[in-house]
Amino acid sequence: MIQRILHHRALRRGSQIFFTLFGVAVFVFVMLRAIPGNQITAGLGTEAAALTPLQRAALERYYGLDQPLLTQFFSWLGNVFTGNLGFSSRAHQSVLDMTAHSLPITIELAVLSIALGLLIGVPLGMLSASRPESARDALGQVVGLAGLSIPAFLLATALLSVLAQVWHYNPNGQGFAPLQQDPLLNLQQMMLPAFVLGFGIAAPIMRTTRTAVLDIRLQDFVRTARAKGVPIRRLYVHHILGNALVPIVTMTGLQFGYLLGGAVVVEQIFSIPGIGRQVLLGIQQKEYAVVQSTVLVIAVAFVLVNLLTDAAYRLIDPRVRAE
Amino acid sequence: MTDLTGTPAIPPGTVAPAHVLTSLLRSRSGLTGAVISIILLLAGVLSLLHLLPYDAIAQAPASRLMGPSVAHWFGTDQFGRDVLSRVAAGVANSSLIAVVAVAFATLVGTAGGLVGGFFRGVPDAFIGGVTNVLFAFPPLLLALSLASVFQRNWFTVAVAIAIVYVPIFVRVTRGPVLSLCEVEFVRAATSTGRSRTMVMLRHVLPNLTSILIVQVTLSLSWAVLTEAALSFLGLGTPPPAPSLGSMIFEARTLVSVAPWTMVAPGVVVVLLVVGLNLLGDGLRDVLDPRNRGK
Repeated sequence: MIQRILHHRALRRGSQIFFTLFGVAVFVFVMLRAIPGNQITAGLGTEAAALTPLQRAALERYYGLDQPLLTQFFSWLGNVFTGNLGFSSRAHQSVLDMTAHSLPITIELAVLSIALGLLIGVPLGMLSASRPESARDALGQVVGLAGLSIPAFLLATALLSVLAQVWHYNPNGQGFAPLQQDPLLNLQQMMLPAFVLGFGIAAPIMRTTRTAVLDIRLQDFVRTARAKGVPIRRLYVHHILGNALVPIVTMTGLQFGYLLGGAVVVEQIFSIPGIGRQVLLGIQQKEYAVVQSTVLVIAVAFVLVNLLTDAAYRLIDPRVRAE
Repeated sequence: MTDLTGTPAIPPGTVAPAHVLTSLLRSRSGLTGAVISIILLLAGVLSLLHLLPYDAIAQAPASRLMGPSVAHWFGTDQFGRDVLSRVAAGVANSSLIAVVAVAFATLVGTAGGLVGGFFRGVPDAFIGGVTNVLFAFPPLLLALSLASVFQRNWFTVAVAIAIVYVPIFVRVTRGPVLSLCEVEFVRAATSTGRSRTMVMLRHVLPNLTSILIVQVTLSLSWAVLTEAALSFLGLGTPPPAPSLGSMIFEARTLVSVAPWTMVAPGVVVVLLVVGLNLLGDGLRDVLDPRNRGK
């Protein structure tokens, strides 16, 4: 019986994800069509006006723009599935190759940011909750509000400008060092951007931790543990934090969207050649093939991360599994 | 409106405006938020009415990069423009875009959540599908892709931001609509033979007011942040119109020479967001009946 329900759930979730990803592809495709002009005018710029109707028709045939929209959509989708994400004429590289370089960099940045976000957010939330309405609680709340209200681009710009211009420390000013080539310089370059993004996600993590701990603290098993003589530190780390993990993991997963969006801004400011910068460069250089494919890649990654968060959540919480 | 229902208030509900105002002013965060927001918006309005002593766009090379003084409270920038006037104009521009974006998102999103939650079935599935697709994009990425596609002017920036926030309003309203449909007064109204649309508009919609007020306030602060980020990246309000984001971008090379050019717009954008956030939190405390008496 339970297995049938699980099967049903998985099926429903699977079809939902399929439709969402299909919708994402349609949306990205429509966006591509909505751009004033098309690949021809985007590629040639103002010279496109000098084309004779015959030349234009030939180019349109070459790019497949004379086909019906539906045909164009499915041939594009077919290309995407076979790994052909388009070609960047400026970088002389396929978008697939560019993504293979940039995606791991953004993943490294994301992992470091999440680690920093958890390192700041969870202890701060527990500290706040350990004595509600006290000075330390107020401090936690202020840091939380600051994290929510200070935009990543402001924090990043301020940090970079002050460090570089006042203290002449700018590891990001000398070209990007990949992790496998110069791990030490790479970590220095990643530290500030990861801190900026981590600070942004620390606020929601802190708030979630605080609420969860306050809630769990009052439950019977905590009182029992306390009566049994469990030391206070062990009580907090083992009994309370262990149970607060579910909302914290969920919140961390939810922050991935912020992280990927914030990565665009932060990578740009710190000159980190990640996937966010790839989108932005594509926009600035009017390379729409790069923009559309990269946006598609990011959206698919985002959907998959949400799926993983959901799975992790089921793994951690036996109650959800039993439902 | 509440006398129509005859039932005790349930979480989504309408509250007397006078009561909301007094409770809001009594809560510390609500009051702080309201004061900050009103002062900044007032500065923006003054700038829109050209009541500030300096023009935000006209350049004055003779007085470039001057520190804060009695004549220029926040100093001047690299073109000799008064930073205070530019910050005020930036607040006006950002707020205008944020208000238009949130208004659009509220209308479309609420309509979506209302129709989906009330009629269920095919419309609900369709609206839910579109919402899922829009949620599949990281918000800032979606906004900047859309902004890059449109011809750039302040209105298209607002539309780009609005599209990002539509799904949030759908999600926020759909759940309460579902639970409202099960409440006696809505069933009673349906049983009197009123048309379904009429019941939806007259009995369900008014009960979403408090949820919407909170969501609108919080969304305004996000919209201000998004607009600032877009302008920072050069995809927001086109120059020469001042914008808080582009001011911060221009100031990044001046930090050691003229730190005020970054501090002023930076502090103002943070204050604007803090003010709206606190106001939203305060309103939520006041409007959510579950919090009353705490």
